[in-house]
Amino acid sequence: MEREPAGTEEPGPPGRRRRREGRTRTVRSNLLPPPGAEDPAAGAAKGERRRRRRCAQHLADNRLKTTKYTLLSFLPKNLFEQFHRPANVYFVFIALLNFVPAVNAFQPGLALAPVLFILAITAFRDLWEDYSRHRSDHKINHLGCLVFSREEKKYVNRFWKEIHVGDFVRLRCNEIFPADILLLSSSDPDGLCHIETANLDGETNLKRRQVVRGFSELVSEFNPLTFTSVIECEKPNNDLSRFRGCIIHDNGKKAGLYKENLLLRGCTLRNTDAVVGIVIYAGHETKALLNNSGPRYKRSKLERQMNCDVLWCVLLLVCMSLFSAVGHGLWIWRYQEKKSLFHVPKSDGSSLSPVTAAVYSFLTMIIVLQVLIPISLYVSIEIVKACQVYFINQDMQLYDEETDSQLQCRALNITEDLGQIQYIFSDKTGTLTENKMVFRRCTVSGVEYSHDANAQRLARYQEADSEEEEVVPRRGSASQRGSIGSHQSVRMVHRTQSTKSHRRTGSRAEAKRASMLSKHTAFSSPMEKDITPDPKLLEKVSECDKSLAVVRHREHPLAHLSPELSDVFDFFIALTICNTVVVTSPDQPRTKVRVRFELKSPVKTIEDFLRRFTPSCLTSGCSSIGSLATNKSNHKLGSSFLSTPSSDGMLLRLEERLGQPTSAIASNGYSSQADNWASELAQEQESERELRYEAESPDEAALVYAARAYNCVLVERLHDQVSVELPHLGRLTFELLHTLGFDSIRKRMSVVIRHPLTDEINVYTKGADSVVMDLLQPCSSVDARGRHQKKIRSKTQNYLNLYAAEGLRTLCIAKRVLSKEEYACWLQSHLEAESSLENSEELLFQSAIRLETNLHLLGATGIEDRLQDGVPETISKLRQAGLQIWVLTGDKQETAVNIAYACKLLDHDEEVITLNATSQEACAALLDQCLHYVHSRGLQRAPEKTKGKVSMRFSSLCPPSTSTASGRSPSLVIDGRSLAYALEKNLEDKFLFLAKQCRSVLCCRSTPLQKSMVVKLVRSKLKAMTLAIGDGANDVSMIQVADVGVGISGQEGMQAVMASDFAVPKFRYLERLLILHGHWCYSRLANMVLYFFYKNTMFVGLLFWFQFFCGFSASAMIDQWYLIFFNLLFSSLPPLVTGVLDRDVPANVLLTNPQLYKSGQNMEEYRPRTFWFNMADATFQSLVCFSIPYLAYYDSNVDLFTWGTPIVTIALLTFLLHLGIETKTWTWLNWITCGFSVLLFFTVALIYNASCATCYPPSNPYWTMQALLGDPVFYLTCLMTPVAALLPRLFFRSLQGSIFPTQLQLARQLTRKSPRRCNAPKETFAQGHLPKDSGTEHSSGRTVKTSVPLSQPSWHTQQPVCSLEASGEPSTVDMSMPLREHTLLEGLSAPAPMSSAPGEAVLRSPGGCPEESKVRAASTGRVTPLSSLFSLPTFSLLNWISSWSLVSRLGSILQFSRTEQLADGQAGCGLPVQPHSGRSGLQGPDHRLLMGASSRRSQ
Amino acid sequence: MAMNYNAKDEVDGGPPCAPGGSAKTRRPDNTAFKQQRLPAWQPILTAGTVLPIFFIIGLIFIPIGIGIFVTSNNIREIEGNVFMYYGLSNFYQNHRRYVKSRDDSQLNGDSSALLNPSKECEPYRRNEDKPIAPCGAIANSMFNDTLELFLIGNDSYPIPIALKKKGIAWWTDKNVKFRNPPGGDNLKERFKGTTKPVNWLKPVYMLDSDPDNNGFINEDFIVWMRTAALPTFRKLYRLIERKSDLHPTLPAGRYSLNVTYNYPVHYFDGRKRMILSTISWMGGKNPFLGIAYIAVGSISFLLGVVLLVINHKYRNSSNTADITI
Repeated sequence: MEREPAGTEEPGPPGRRRRREGRTRTVRSNLLPPPGAEDPAAGAAKGERRRRRRCAQHLADNRLKTTKYTLLSFLPKNLFEQFHRPANVYFVFIALLNFVPAVNAFQPGLALAPVLFILAITAFRDLWEDYSRHRSDHKINHLGCLVFSREEKKYVNRFWKEIHVGDFVRLRCNEIFPADILLLSSSDPDGLCHIETANLDGETNLKRRQVVRGFSELVSEFNPLTFTSVIECEKPNNDLSRFRGCIIHDNGKKAGLYKENLLLRGCTLRNTDAVVGIVIYAGHETKALLNNSGPRYKRSKLERQMNCDVLWCVLLLVCMSLFSAVGHGLWIWRYQEKKSLFHVPKSDGSSLSPVTAAVYSFLTMIIVLQVLIPISLYVSIEIVKACQVYFINQDMQLYDEETDSQLQCRALNITEDLGQIQYIFSDKTGTLTENKMVFRRCTVSGVEYSHDANAQRLARYQEADSEEEEVVPRRGSASQRGSIGSHQSVRMVHRTQSTKSHRRTGSRAEAKRASMLSKHTAFSSPMEKDITPDPKLLEKVSECDKSLAVVRHREHPLAHLSPELSDVFDFFIALTICNTVVVTSPDQPRTKVRVRFELKSPVKTIEDFLRRFTPSCLTSGCSSIGSLATNKSNHKLGSSFLSTPSSDGMLLRLEERLGQPTSAIASNGYSSQADNWASELAQEQESERELRYEAESPDEAALVYAARAYNCVLVERLHDQVSVELPHLGRLTFELLHTLGFDSIRKRMSVVIRHPLTDEINVYTKGADSVVMDLLQPCSSVDARGRHQKKIRSKTQNYLNLYAAEGLRTLCIAKRVLSKEEYACWLQSHLEAESSLENSEELLFQSAIRLETNLHLLGATGIEDRLQDGVPETISKLRQAGLQIWVLTGDKQETAVNIAYACKLLDHDEEVITLNATSQEACAALLDQCLHYVHSRGLQRAPEKTKGKVSMRFSSLCPPSTSTASGRSPSLVIDGRSLAYALEKNLEDKFLFLAKQCRSVLCCRSTPLQKSMVVKLVRSKLKAMTLAIGDGANDVSMIQVADVGVGISGQEGMQAVMASDFAVPKFRYLERLLILHGHWCYSRLANMVLYFFYKNTMFVGLLFWFQFFCGFSASAMIDQWYLIFFNLLFSSLPPLVTGVLDRDVPANVLLTNPQLYKSGQNMEEYRPRTFWFNMADATFQSLVCFSIPYLAYYDSNVDLFTWGTPIVTIALLTFLLHLGIETKTWTWLNWITCGFSVLLFFTVALIYNASCATCYPPSNPYWTMQALLGDPVFYLTCLMTPVAALLPRLFFRSLQGSIFPTQLQLARQLTRKSPRRCNAPKETFAQGHLPKDSGTEHSSGRTVKTSVPLSQPSWHTQQPVCSLEASGEPSTVDMSMPLREHTLLEGLSAPAPMSSAPGEAVLRSPGGCPEESKVRAASTGRVTPLSSLFSLPTFSLLNWISSWSLVSRLGSILQFSRTEQLADGQAGCGLPVQPHSGRSGLQGPDHRLLMGASSRRSQ
Repeated sequence: MAMNYNAKDEVDGGPPCAPGGSAKTRRPDNTAFKQQRLPAWQPILTAGTVLPIFFIIGLIFIPIGIGIFVTSNNIREIEGNVFMYYGLSNFYQNHRRYVKSRDDSQLNGDSSALLNPSKECEPYRRNEDKPIAPCGAIANSMFNDTLELFLIGNDSYPIPIALKKKGIAWWTDKNVKFRNPPGGDNLKERFKGTTKPVNWLKPVYMLDSDPDNNGFINEDFIVWMRTAALPTFRKLYRLIERKSDLHPTLPAGRYSLNVTYNYPVHYFDGRKRMILSTISWMGGKNPFLGIAYIAVGSISFLLGVVLLVINHKYRNSSNTADITI
């Protein structure tokens, strides 16, 4: 990156811009007088200041310069860059060799021509790119911006490029920030502003930024002239999510700076009238530009292979030249002394020594045979890839109507890698699922609210999705009406109405897009917004609301509620306020509530705290409520209206009448309909329309919408207060003391608020259940309250398991009431943490942990993340294509497993190996056992394949599926912790080997780092081609590590897309991208590369054979012009067209037969074997093409070049015919280019041979071609030679097509034989393979002999873990499985009731059933070792496992699980029980092995 | 080959415009080219589809070969104009440095090149400080034997056969590429300041008495300057024109060849030959092409038969073939 010296007006000494400044940067105002004008008495301080000032002045200015060249530097610099490519150096070297007279083969200038041509084209392309960059730079540099001028004492308009670090910049609404700016003042009274970061990361939601602390309290408008503080901050870096620094005021006070204070270049100011800030980083030091790394250059596998073969060619070239050189030496030695008339001495008359001659001959031969190294190949490959990228981009079926986006190829040179992928690593959320979070159900205080109506509503969406184009025949059918029920609000009816109108407009997708475009709000499709409340819960909420409204002014209002109701109330308050959702209305500027508390900002100092929490202030809580009377009455009106059944019915009728006209109303939905209706309603709609929630994550928005459905509406969020509106209570304003944001380590977020009703300080925490459940207040089982609490907890946990089993994302909501003393104590440390510069992140983390303890559980929510369209189909297609799919998700195991079932990643009737280990040793032992099991299984299935011992070798070539193709291979589920162990050096081989045997692998709870480690491992160890696909920032590392990274341009911003090689709108496009385009790209390019090798070898062969007849003198019978331009002009176009357009198998066949993809994985088109076969054919053809003209013209009076020209012609025709054999589809373009090539050759030859009588020595081809055209022998040789040369290839190809056709050839033949079959192939083709999948069905009944060594479950690490050798003898269980499962299945077919508390019984239905069956199943074998297992206490994981894995026909689940929630589990078989083992998982590794025969209950 | 003209996809419509039309979408154009649906002929190479090609090749090539073979063999009869060649063997006229060793500008009559020949001619560029007139190794090694043909009639007095010196070189060479340097009438005058090539016995302007065949445009010289492609070659020396239709050009009888031996070839194991031949429509006598055509045609036919057998044998299996993995 070029960095201009800063500031032309500053006469600083040159060369000091790269000065070391330590770890921080100091920024001062540019408005201060320059150092020279300062008071001389400043002394040492002055020197210090000057130094600082210099530093500041030599920072980059804001000029954007992305161009690489200037007019002067272009030529040298571009050439320098081009010569970094070895190929270019080689070609230039060859060309320069021509200038040495002793070795030159061609006219030196002519030899340079192709190289110069290539270089010139590249240079021109670079120049053009650079010029367009320059133009865009210029445009950006000359954008205007208001900068404060010292001279004029006001803001003046300046160009962006004139902004310097330390300048004060003023921006108005909707302007784009020109640099990284520290926010000093905002027109917003709270010192806030909102920015949109879409330009930066694609996220369209608004983010809040805050004025630097200390400046927000300013009463008057900010005056830059008075700014004398010094800012110390980090050196420029590219971390968008981090900014640290402090501002030092004149009085020595320090204040911390955070990322909330920084406005990043490229973002847009929204919702705020104006802001003023000081520039911290400018130009290329801004975070946006530091993040902007150029396009990535990857080398594809095919290219790597090709480069290897190019090296072979080099070797061949050297060998040929060496051979020739030796030959020439011998020839010279033989003829030199014999006074041969044709011997030409050196220019001084003396003779060359044979050795010198040989050396010269060697070099000349290299020049003559240089064509063997295909200069044209590199150029052609670039062109072909560019065209492939173009075609992929243009594919209409990769265009997503909903988002109006198509597939983008960001990496231009790895298209063919798409055809060779063996492993797909996929993220789950947002990749397999839509990342549209929909509130499904919740549990509060141990009571579950199933939200059935809500589920039905979602089902309707599902239905609407599936029958997208279908016009709904009768809107509001009776069943729908019934489902809405009397508890439904009218609002709800409207909403369904609105969705129906969506559907009626025809293309639903279009409507969706329209709504997306019109609203510009993230995460707010109607599906996510309109939640049907559960009647029971709604009742409870309104009960709370009402009774609180009554008792609100009493001493402890909440105490009047029953504990349950109080929990319900808190639950909804937490849902509403425990988030960072911003309430906006984009139509109009944000109107501020001017009624404000005297408390301005979050508590920042102890004094502040003391001042605020004096008793006098405590009453001020709800003072504002009166002012909101109108609003409140509105609500009352509305709600009373709603509660009347008659009006409800009236409305329905009204709705019915209005049905027809409303159907015409497009996506804008209910807001426009509302105008027709009662004014109250309209008002309500109006107010509702204004509220728009902008959340940083879809989960948050979903919860806020859910709360809104229960009339607990988030109406306003300022940085220090949150307002919630309830029907009876009216507007409650919570004072927001702190927000402890979400992070992936804590997995939770909290808000600290002061409750307006109680004036208590409450902490609301929302987080992953695994974390929150551990942080709950320990409750003694002594008093009734504690027991009740415990019961609630276990119930909640139960429901959480149930939710997870349904594939819902679960969140726990908890609360903590802080006493003032506790708070003060915590605040002290928190403030310290905040203000520390060094490791404040760590300190803040600790501080958060201190706060989030002793929580009181309120409830939990289940949010559904729906699968994207077509995901199961895509996965099954990809799997048919031989791809192994791994899902790496951060989600919890249960959720992930269920999503995996939903998307057919796991199959109901396949075995699942679950790896949950808590220690390294356990993991090792478990892996061993799994391996052993899989091995024995493999032994049993395919005895011929295994050789007794599981070998740890990884064959790089064969894809994993082939080894286990005979039987259905199991799937592997592993959690994050076990994964961490498994990825250790000593275990990774085993893990990989196991994973390789598995059909699919699911890694849960994995961190981004683990994701990338897994990919790296597979890539490096298995030497497999990997593809990673994901949508979020947590997938970036994985995407970068994989051979091919695919980003989904979904809802979570663009970070994944930025890092990716390809960006797709939806997961399902992967199918077409890989199976169709990947295959085509691969096969095209592979064939083209092979063809080029063939072409060059064959051409060079002609010259080489000639050496035997010219004394190895490196003479060429082919005119040098033909020699040099043959590749570039005459024979280049047809292979290009074939390389771009050839379709070896038609699209529909490829898509319906995904297994054809395996040809790419196995490198069938381009293997070393194919390469050498190709080279051999080239040698043969060149021999034929040389010898036939040789014999035809033997002992004739033909001259050298008149003989050479037919040979070139023959070569050209042979090339074209050869290409014809290899071309699978002939479009008119192929015909035209082939014809054009021949025509061009003859035209050029004729013109060239007529152009000059004395030019072009030594060939001097005047009138040669013309003479040849009158010679019948010319035609006769040109007719016969290509035919003779290609007969073997044609014969071989047809033999292959008949006797041992490849899959691709078969597919092609099938297309031809039954073209109709391809038109409706879904049924015919797909079913052709289904029986194979289910072919093993009959084998289920046979006796399965599984040798399973069992370990004694061990609770202590001290004991050797999994110590079958140590404690128990290895036991072999012969599980003779009778055909019994259908009887079992009958008994189990009823849905498993999951309501009872966990951990009480072992052999309880359904949890116990697997064991039961296992016992029975195993009864023929040795039961003893098993029984010890089956009497183990059940634990949480068992619950979900049992819900899907009940009976197994033959397989087993190896499940290794932590006993986490085993609070009062009973001791099994005298095993030591750990008291309170609920927490034990964290302290000591306790694990047990469960072998349960299991399979999916057929559902 | 299979004909499967796949044009069905061509039909379905052009770019569907959004009904609103206002929104500019990024939807790609629905054209056959962009969607890779260009109508195409998709040949499939199997025994069944390819075997006609082999038979056709066989059926075409064998008759051609027979035709050529017969023509080539008929050349024996000495009718029409007879061409007299000299042949050299093991003479590497195609050696790289030899081929380059000439100056075409000089041969084209360029006066500056005449006195200052190209460097390519080294070491045959200057001799005794004078430029060599046809410079270079090719010219220097010109064949300079003289061949004379006599018919030994019944009266045992040899009758010289008229050998035509002109008309043996390419017309374009004689008239375009090779020109004598400009100047006065006297050819010697024009070549003033130059010297003869080292190996030559006489200077270039004394090659022939006929002014149209002297100097650079001497046809023997021109023929020699066209370097042979292969180490065994022949070059046209003289024409024996047919006098009348009634008599053969060279009647049967005894002939004697008188060789003025100037050109040593035994040093490098070379051989000299004299060939008399007539020319057919396809050039001189060379049986190879005919044989080659017949051979290739036969092989092709044979392969066709093999494919027929294979096709018969495998047709059933390929009919039921399915893609299986």
